[in-house]
Amino acid sequence: MELLGLYNYWVFVALLMIGFYAVIAKSNLVKKLIGLSIFQAAVFLLYISMDKVEGGTAPIIQAGVVDQVYSNPLPQVLILTAIVVGISTTALGLAIVVRIKEAYGTIEEHEVSAMDREA
Amino acid sequence: MNLLAQLPALQIVVPMLTAPLVAFLRLPTLSWAATTAASAMAFAIAVALTRAVLGGAGVEYAMGGWPAPFGIALAIDQFSVLMLLIVTGSSTMALLVGKASLEREIETSRQPLFYAGWLLVMAGLSGIVVTGDAFNIFVFMEISSLATYMLVAGGPDRRALTSVFKYLIMGTVGATFYLIGIGLVYMMTGTLNLADMETRIGEVTDLKPILVAAGFVTIGLALKAAVFPLHAWLPNAYTYAPHAVTAFIAACSTKVALYVLLRFDFLVFQGNLEQHDLQFAGFLIPLALLGILMGSLAATFERNLKRLLAYSSVAQIGYILLGAGCVSLLGLTSGIVHMFNHALAKGALFLAVACLGMGLSRLRVSDLAGIGRQMPWTMGAFVLAGLSLVGIPGTAGFVSKWYLILAALEQGPLGLLMIGAIVIGSLLAVVYLWRIVEVAYFGTPDPAAPALSEAPVPMLALTWVAALANLYFGLSPTLPVELATGAARSLLAHVL
Repeated sequence: MELLGLYNYWVFVALLMIGFYAVIAKSNLVKKLIGLSIFQAAVFLLYISMDKVEGGTAPIIQAGVVDQVYSNPLPQVLILTAIVVGISTTALGLAIVVRIKEAYGTIEEHEVSAMDREA
Repeated sequence: MNLLAQLPALQIVVPMLTAPLVAFLRLPTLSWAATTAASAMAFAIAVALTRAVLGGAGVEYAMGGWPAPFGIALAIDQFSVLMLLIVTGSSTMALLVGKASLEREIETSRQPLFYAGWLLVMAGLSGIVVTGDAFNIFVFMEISSLATYMLVAGGPDRRALTSVFKYLIMGTVGATFYLIGIGLVYMMTGTLNLADMETRIGEVTDLKPILVAAGFVTIGLALKAAVFPLHAWLPNAYTYAPHAVTAFIAACSTKVALYVLLRFDFLVFQGNLEQHDLQFAGFLIPLALLGILMGSLAATFERNLKRLLAYSSVAQIGYILLGAGCVSLLGLTSGIVHMFNHALAKGALFLAVACLGMGLSRLRVSDLAGIGRQMPWTMGAFVLAGLSLVGIPGTAGFVSKWYLILAALEQGPLGLLMIGAIVIGSLLAVVYLWRIVEVAYFGTPDPAAPALSEAPVPMLALTWVAALANLYFGLSPTLPVELATGAARSLLAHVL
C-alpha cells in the first residue's frame, strides 16, 4: 500500500519519462518541444506534491483560528517561477522552429541535418 | 548605508537594469556604448569585490534586508570573485573588440535587442556566481541560458539555428535535472539556502533522496558545463555563433556551471554523504580523462577553425575536472586556476578569430593559407594565445598545468595515468595548433582570392592586450593562484 500511496511520485516519474522519450525519439522539432514541456511539467508536479500537508489548508492567517495546519506555500511560489521559465523556453524554442522552417523549409530533424551535411 | 556594502547586489542590478534600457535605444552605436559601459562598470564592481575578499573574509549580503535562511542571501568569497572577474572581464573585452565584427554579423535594426540579450547573459552569469540560494541559481541559470540561445541564434549562418535548437533542448534538460535535484533536497531539509542546506542535511535520517539529488544536480550541471560525453551541444553552438559571442561564452559560461557543480558537490554533499568524494572522483575522473583525449583528438582532425577551438574547450573542461577530481588542495587549486587561464587563452584565441573574420568569410583551416603574411598582427596574437593553451613555460597555461601535474603526482599510480593523459592532451594541442600555424605561415594563398588587409587597429590592439594577459599571468600568477588557493581551501572544509 505504501507504494500506491506515493502515486503522485509515480505520476511524476511516468510523465518525466514520457517527456524525455519524446525529446530524444521524435524527429519533428515541435514534438520535441512538446516533450520538453511535459518533461518540465512533471517537475512542477513533484514540487506541488511535496508541499501538501495532510489536513492542511491554504496558508492564510485568520483572526480567532489557532492551531490550524497549513500546506507549505513556498514550493508553489517556486514553481510559479519555474512555470514562467518553462513558458519562456517553449516560446523561444517555437520562435527558433519558425526560423528553421523559414531557412530550411522543413521542421523534421533528419531532413534538416541531411541538408546541413550537404552544405 | 554606503555604496561599498551594496556592491554584491549592484553586480547583478547594473546589467539587469541596463538591459531593458538598451533594448529601447534605437541607435545601434549608442546601445553598444551603453552595453559596454554597463559591462565595464560590472568589471569595476568585480575588481572592488576582489579587493574586499582578497584577505580571506567573505562578503555577505541579505537581499532586501531579510536575513538568511528566510531571505535570499548573496555570498561572495574568493571563488566567486575569480568567476566574476572572468565573466565581466570577458564580456567587456568581447564587446570592445567585437564592435566592428558584430556590426557586420547582426542586422542594424536588431542590434539594440541583441545587446540587451548580451547584458542579460552577463546578469544571469553574475547572478549564479554571487547568490547563495539554490533556487536563485536555477532562475539566473535560465535567464543566462535563454539570453545565450538568443545571442547564438544571431549568427549569420542558418546552421546557427539548428545548433541553438540542440543547445536549447540539452540546456533545458540540464536545468530541469538541477531543479529536480534541489527539489529533493528541499523536500528533505526545507531550506534552499546553500549554507543552511549544508548543515541541515546532517539532521536528515534517510539519506537516499539526498543521494539521488546529488546525482541529478551533478548530471544536470555537467550537461550545462559540457562535460564529456554531455558536450554534444557545444561544438556547433560555438562554431555558428557570432564571433564576439563565441569569445564571450567560450570564456565563461561552461565555467560558471562548473563553479556551481563544485560548490554543490564539495560544500553541500561532501560533508553529509558517506564517501561522496570517492564517488565524485570515481565518476568524474574517467570522464575528465576521456574528455581530454577525445576532445583533443576531435580537434586534431577538425577542418573548421572555430569548431577545432570548441573541441579544444571540451578537452580543457576535462583538465579542470581532473584537477577537481583529485579532491586535494593542489588539485582543486589547479582546476580553479585553469578556469581562469583557459578563459584568458580561449578568450584571446576567439578574439583573434573575430579579427580573422573581418577579412575572411569562411573559417576553414584551409582558408587560412598565407594569412600569417597578410594579417601578421592577428596571427601573432593567435599564436601567443595558442602557446598559452598548450602550456608553454612563461604563459598562463603553463601555471595551471604545472599545478595539475603536481596534484597528479600526489595520487600515486593513478596519478601517472593522469599525467599520461595531460601530456598526450598537450601534445595533441601542439598538433592541432601547428596545423593552423603551418597553413597560415607556410601555405600559399589562393591566387584568385582578394588580398586581405589587417583588422582595424583598435580591434587588434585590444586582442593583443588579451594575448599579452596570458604572458602577464604566466610570469606573475600571484592573483589567480592566491584566489584559487583560498577557494580550494574553503571548498575542502569537509575533507581536510
